Amino acid sequence: MAIKKFMYLNRKASYGTVYAIESLEVVLIAAAFEQDVSLAFVDDGVYQIVEGQNTDGIGMKNFSKTYHALGDYDINKLYVSAESLEERGLTEADLMPLVYEDEDDDWAEKPSIKVVSNADLTKIMSEQDVCLSF
Amino acid sequence: MADILGAEVDEEGFLVNLSDWTKEIADSMAKDDDIELSEEHWDVINFLRDYFEEYQIAPAVRVLTKAIGKKFGKEKGNSKYLYSLFPYGPGKQGCRFAGLPKPTGCI
Repeated sequence: MAIKKFMYLNRKASYGTVYAIESLEVVLIAAAFEQDVSLAFVDDGVYQIVEGQNTDGIGMKNFSKTYHALGDYDINKLYVSAESLEERGLTEADLMPLVYEDEDDDWAEKPSIKVVSNADLTKIMSEQDVCLSF
Repeated sequence: MADILGAEVDEEGFLVNLSDWTKEIADSMAKDDDIELSEEHWDVINFLRDYFEEYQIAPAVRVLTKAIGKKFGKEKGNSKYLYSLFPYGPGKQGCRFAGLPKPTGCI
């Protein structure tokens, strides 16, 4: 089977709608097919990977820890829109330090998150075979 | 609803309330599957429980295999070894003994 480039586009905040957790579950399930997977976080989607989430007050499961498992699933291209961060008064330092271990480099830990401009993200999206929007 | 040592389980034998889990429940589930839990089984069960605690999900078999090999030695990081411990699948059977839900993406 030829490897295809899949991008999962995340546009909504973690809680309040089911989109974020559904996207994460699909990503983890689809990882079994060993395709070339990347994730994009734009608009309120950037809130999905903000550090220090606390769901005590809304009585929902805090699934933010699960993003740390993505590296184990060989999902290590997480693009974040620089404009979306800035519009919300956030910087890369507000995001979880998501990393993966590079098998080809003696398991060195490397960052998975890349903050990119919307123009660059548009270009990356145009290179995908499949783009799924959540 | 079925139960194991008083703890409620679903139709596939997975614990309904993860907090009900005890080592005795794991032993009892294994016994029902004709398995005597060895130290090697417990290495995997404890690993699964730690992984779940850290990431809130049960790892896929591929991820589990890689991680076990890294932690316990290369000779154990393969599905043949893990299936020798858990003949019904390290993900499905191992997670059931560990008191975790079925792994995401596990059929």
